[in-house]
Amino acid sequence: MPPDKPISDGTVIPDDALLAMHDVTMQYGARTVIDSIRLSVKAREKLAIIGPSGSGKTTILRLAMGLERPTAGFIRIDGQYMWHAERNGTLVTSGEQQARRARRAVGMVFQQFNLFPHMSALQNVTEPLVHVLRVNKQEAYDRATDLLSRVGLATHLDHRPAQLSGGQQQRVAIARSLALRPKLMLFDEVTSALDPELVGEVLNVIRDLAHTTSMAMMIVTHEITFAADIADRVIVFDHGRVVEEGAPEIVLRHPQSPRTQQFLKAILER
Amino acid sequence: MSDQSTPGLPDYLPLLFQGVPITLEATFAATALLVISGFVFGLGRWSKNALIRWPAGFVVEVLRGSSAIAQLFWAFYVLPYLGITLEPFTAGIVVLGLNGGAYFSEVVRAAFASVPRGQTEAAVALSLSPWFRLRRIILPQALPIMVPPFGNALIDMLKFTALLSLVTIQELAYRADAIRSVLADAGPVYSLTLLIYFAISLTFSLLIQVLERLVNRWAGRSSTVDARGGPRSSVPRWAFRSW
Amino acid sequence: MNFQWDWGFALQTLPTLFQGLIFTLEATFFGSALAFALGLIWALARLADVPVASQIVRLWVEFVRGTPLLIQLYFLFFIFPSYGVTLPALETGMIGLGIYYSAYASEVYRAGIEGVPQGQWEASLALGLPLRRVWGRIVLPQAMRFAIPVFGTYVISMFKESAILSTISVLELMGQANIISAETARYVEPLSMAALIFLCISYPASRLVRLLEARTGAS
Repeated sequence: MPPDKPISDGTVIPDDALLAMHDVTMQYGARTVIDSIRLSVKAREKLAIIGPSGSGKTTILRLAMGLERPTAGFIRIDGQYMWHAERNGTLVTSGEQQARRARRAVGMVFQQFNLFPHMSALQNVTEPLVHVLRVNKQEAYDRATDLLSRVGLATHLDHRPAQLSGGQQQRVAIARSLALRPKLMLFDEVTSALDPELVGEVLNVIRDLAHTTSMAMMIVTHEITFAADIADRVIVFDHGRVVEEGAPEIVLRHPQSPRTQQFLKAILER
Repeated sequence: MSDQSTPGLPDYLPLLFQGVPITLEATFAATALLVISGFVFGLGRWSKNALIRWPAGFVVEVLRGSSAIAQLFWAFYVLPYLGITLEPFTAGIVVLGLNGGAYFSEVVRAAFASVPRGQTEAAVALSLSPWFRLRRIILPQALPIMVPPFGNALIDMLKFTALLSLVTIQELAYRADAIRSVLADAGPVYSLTLLIYFAISLTFSLLIQVLERLVNRWAGRSSTVDARGGPRSSVPRWAFRSW
Repeated sequence: MNFQWDWGFALQTLPTLFQGLIFTLEATFFGSALAFALGLIWALARLADVPVASQIVRLWVEFVRGTPLLIQLYFLFFIFPSYGVTLPALETGMIGLGIYYSAYASEVYRAGIEGVPQGQWEASLALGLPLRRVWGRIVLPQAMRFAIPVFGTYVISMFKESAILSTISVLELMGQANIISAETARYVEPLSMAALIFLCISYPASRLVRLLEARTGAS
C-alpha cells in the first residue's frame, strides 16, 4: 500500500484557472489549519470538497472569499490577486482595497444563512443590487423578485427571516448571493444547519444552479450522494491538506487513500 | 511683605482626607442595608404568593419612583414633622440603603428566577427540606449571578454618599465643597476629590473581582471571570478601515 | 409632634412646581441627547482599537462612571466661569448630565454592537457592501434593537437624577420645592408633592419602557 502522501505537491495550476491558490498556508497562532496547498478551479467547474470536521475545508472557502488572509501563499481570482499587487513585475502585499476588488467575482452562501434579520427577503436581495451594483430601485426590485422566484420564494417576498423556515432562509441567502452574478459561488455546508426534511429543497436549488448557470462552484458538504451527482471533481481534505482528488466516481466509489476510505465509511454508515 | 501664611490646598489636605473614612463607613453601612432590603424585596417579588408579591412590588416602585436626592431631602426635612427624628447619618444610610435595595431587588429576583425550575422540582422529589433546598441548591446557582451587579451597586453607593453632603454629613464631598468655598478656587480641590473617589472605586472593582472568584468557588463553579485574554471582539478589523 | 397636612397649601405649590418640572424635562431631554451622541463616539473610539486613543477613552469612561455626578457638576459649575465660559446653570447641568450618562451609554452601545453576530459582518463583506452601509444599515440598526430599551431606562434615570441640578442653583422641580420650603418654612407639602410628581411621571414611563423591552425582545 503506497504511503499516504498529500498530492498537492507538484500540482500544476492551469493558467486559465478561475481560482488559483498557490502554496497557501493558514495558521492561527501555533495551529496550522491549511498546510501549503495548491488548488485551482476552472470556469464553470463544480468542485466538491469533503472531509472530517476541522480538516480545513471551511477555511479554504473563507480564503477563497477573502474573509481571511492567508499566512503564506497567494490567491488569484478571475485574474486578480486577492492580497497582492503586481509592481514592476514582482508581487507586493496589498490591503483591503485590493481584496474588495477581487471579491467581486466570488459569492458565498453560509451555513448559518447570515440573512439581515431586520429586512424582508426582498430587501435582503435588493441590498447588494442597489449598493454594490448601483442598480436603480425599480430595476433592483425586478431583479430581486426574479431571483427569489427562481429559488421558489415568489410568495414570500415581504417575509422577514424570522417568518421563514430554515430551508427558505437559505434559499433567500442563495438568491442574495446570486444577485451579484459571481463567477465563482461558494457553498459552506449550507444544509448542515437544516432540519432533514428541509435539506432537499436547498439541494434542488443548487442542482438547478449547477445545470442552468455558468458559475463555477465550490461546495463543502457532507451530502456525499449530492456531491457525486453534481460535482465535476471531488477533493478530500484532511488536517489541512488534500489527501485525494479526482472524478467523483473514483474518489467516492473507489477511493485510493485510506483516509478517504475511513472517512466515507464513517459517514455512510449511520 | 509677603504673606507666607495664606493657606492653600495642601494645608487643607488632612481635613479633606478625614472625609474618606466617613465616606467609606457610609458606603458600607448603606450597602449592607441595600443587600438586606434587596433580598427582602427581591424574594418578596419572586414569591408565588400574591399577598407578599404585590406589597413588595408597591414598595419597590415607590422607592424607585423618585431619585435618591429627593428621598434624602424628604427624609431629612419631612420625617421630623411626622414624629420620626433620626440622626442625619442614620437617616442618610437608611434612605440610600432602601433606595438601593429597591433597585437591587430586581437583581435578586432575576437571579432566583434564572435558576431552572427543574432544580426545585428535583429537590422536592428527593424530599429535601425547603431550607436545605434554598441553601444548597438554589443559592449556589443564584448568588454568582448577583455578584457583578452587586459590584456596580457598591460603586454606585460610593457615589451616592456624596449626596449626604447635602444633608450636613461631613463626608468627602462636604469637605471638598467647604474647602472650595474657603479657597475660592474650585479646580484643584475638586480634581483631587474626583481622583480620590476614582481611586476608591477602582479598589472596589478589584475587591469585587476577588469576591467573584470566591463566590464562584463556593458555588462549585469554575470562575466565569477571565483575567487575561478576554473574548475576541465580534467587530472585525476592517470595520474601521477607510472610514 | 402634631402635624397637619395642608391640602390648600399643597395644591398652591403646584404651579411653581410645574414651572420647575419644565426645566427638569428640558434638562432630561437635552442631557439625554448629549449622552447618546457622545456615548456612540466613545463606543466607536474603543471598538476601533486605536493604540493610544482607545485606552484614553476607556480610562475616561471608567473615570466618569467611577466618580460622583455631584462633584462633576460642581466642577463644571465652578470651573466654566474661570475659563470665560458663561453658561446658565441649567445648561451647565445639561452638559454635566450628558457627560455622565454618555459614559454609561457608551457601554450599552458597545454591548449592542458586539452583540451583532459575526455572520452579519461576514455576509456584508462577502457581498462587498460599502462600509458606510454596513454600519448604517446592517450593524447599528441591530445594535440599537438592544440599546433602545436600556436607553429608555437611562432617560428615566436622568429624569429623576436631574434633581441634583438643584445643588447648582437650577430651579427645576427639586429646586423649586426647596425654595418654597425655605420661604414658607413648611417642608412637608412641597417636598412630598415634588416626590409625588416624580413618581407620577417616572412610574408610567418605566412601565412603557418595559413594554418596549418586551416588544423588541420578542420580534
